Amino acid sequence: MSPWKDVTKLVTAKFGNEDARTLAGYEKLGGYQVLRKALGMKPDDITAEVKASNLRGRGGAGFATGVKWGFVPKDAKAVHLVCNCDESEPGTCKDRELVYWDPHLLIEGMVIAAYALKATHNYIYIRGEMMREYAVLAKAVEEAYGRGYLGKNILGSGFECHLTVHRGAGAYICGEETALLNSLEGKRGQPRLKPPFPAIKGLFDEPTIVNNVETLMNVPFIIDKGGAWFAALGPGRSGGTRTVCVSGHVNKPGVYELPMTITMRQIIDEVCGGVWKGRKVKAVIPGGTSMPPLAEDELDVPSEFDALMTDERIKPVEVAPGKNFDLGGGRVLRTMAGSGGIVVMDDATDIPMAVWRIMKFYAHESCGQCTPCREGTGWLEKVARRVAFGQGKPGDIDLLASIAHGIAGNTICALGDAAAWPMLGFLTKFRADFEAKVAHKGAAA
Amino acid sequence: MSLEFSADARKKINDLLQKYPSSKPVVLAALHLAQKEHGFLSDDALKLVAETLSLPYAHVYGVATFYTMFRREPAAKNILRICTNISCMLRGAYDVMAAFEKKLGVKKGGTAGDFTIVEEECIAACANAPAIVCGTRYFLDVEPKDVDTILDELRKTPRPEGEIV
Repeated sequence: MSPWKDVTKLVTAKFGNEDARTLAGYEKLGGYQVLRKALGMKPDDITAEVKASNLRGRGGAGFATGVKWGFVPKDAKAVHLVCNCDESEPGTCKDRELVYWDPHLLIEGMVIAAYALKATHNYIYIRGEMMREYAVLAKAVEEAYGRGYLGKNILGSGFECHLTVHRGAGAYICGEETALLNSLEGKRGQPRLKPPFPAIKGLFDEPTIVNNVETLMNVPFIIDKGGAWFAALGPGRSGGTRTVCVSGHVNKPGVYELPMTITMRQIIDEVCGGVWKGRKVKAVIPGGTSMPPLAEDELDVPSEFDALMTDERIKPVEVAPGKNFDLGGGRVLRTMAGSGGIVVMDDATDIPMAVWRIMKFYAHESCGQCTPCREGTGWLEKVARRVAFGQGKPGDIDLLASIAHGIAGNTICALGDAAAWPMLGFLTKFRADFEAKVAHKGAAA
Repeated sequence: MSLEFSADARKKINDLLQKYPSSKPVVLAALHLAQKEHGFLSDDALKLVAETLSLPYAHVYGVATFYTMFRREPAAKNILRICTNISCMLRGAYDVMAAFEKKLGVKKGGTAGDFTIVEEECIAACANAPAIVCGTRYFLDVEPKDVDTILDELRKTPRPEGEIV
């Protein structure tokens, strides 16, 4: 029995409970009671609680949610709240499960957040391929309208809040918030240059807050029990729990809501029953494929946002042996908690082959707007492919590093970095695997 | 040949037009509907969407060709979206893909009878890899030996993507 079975569960508490997925079942468990409480509070007091809670964005960047909300100009005439349900970061499968099991928790969180932001016309942008989940959300929204939790005069408070579920049509880039807004406006999903940030000029050129599914689902708990209570659940500047998705070579892959003090090694060994087939860990992607990997000797670091960025037990990513990647301002890049997608690779894994598949993904998903990313991700895929399939040439490893370094930081959005960081990270920590492939040219698969 | 939307689709589009400040944001939904009713997005289907929403044809064309779920050619009623991204690959997705290709006698991207095979990027079912999504139906923890069971089920109960549009 996992010692992590009885830890505090918030957003995943109703997993497996079919009844709770309906409005009646949700209400029976106290659903929408926090909305009643929130509507009796001042909007700014709600934002203050969220700030005090240390809730950080669960989509990837880990930015402080309350601070983000505070960026909306006080004199804004129309504000929008948009939920980012475009989950498509490889290795990440929490939002799809969260929406399926607890759609009304998301709606309740959104109405509370919308009230705090004075946002009346709001949207859930859901990935096109999530057809089952679209049907779940569309039904839940209809139910909520029917009971007055959405609409013109919510629970007699005078607050008007509309919610529309908007389907995408297949494009990873639409998870980037400004690409998402362009897609919502009916355009090609290409990211916008920032600033201005969406909180100033977003959907339909009006101030807009874009938050991840899990982020918004945490809001009712914060308003119910207080920001201080939520903050105390997590270490340092990271409040609450974290829902991680563990996949790859473990005995019990799954979606687990855990305290952020837990280390990567504990997640693998104690929560997921260890590596399959009695093997050992070779590499771990800690937060979706955009993040540099951890090696086996770096797993004793907590899974929390700041630890993964700063803990000195994690070797910095290099652009060449002995030369650290400069994240800007002289900061080094270790890794990040990202989207919570933890991918475990055992010691039999063909690392160059895995990296090729990751590069193939980014080459496929580049929106084509910025030259370094459009061309660079294609080159990374091409060179990584020939290395992986035993056709590598002398100099290919340095070429991969050079292309990746040329992309990083030189594009409008982070997709370019998302390809470059893991490329450099894998080369930093598993260079010998690539060298062996190139040396045995023609002999491999 | 000019195409038309059904009365049901026209009603859905009119309802959506009430939810946005202009017609442009409705373009993705209208393209999904056009694809459902006309099988794929031919030039005429794009023209239909452009005229219905009073948008330039070039804009609609630009949007339709950006998103991978929009098709410019016909597909079968069951689109097997087989994920081969990292989590699925690590647990044998390429063997699953090969098993479907062999059974259906067609390579990924191709159509055979009631099935079109698509190599899909991560479908957010990583904890149950390898995974396949077909319309609203997920097939999880798939192994090559499951091919017949999956195809039989979908022959009996097709899961067209238009089902939820």
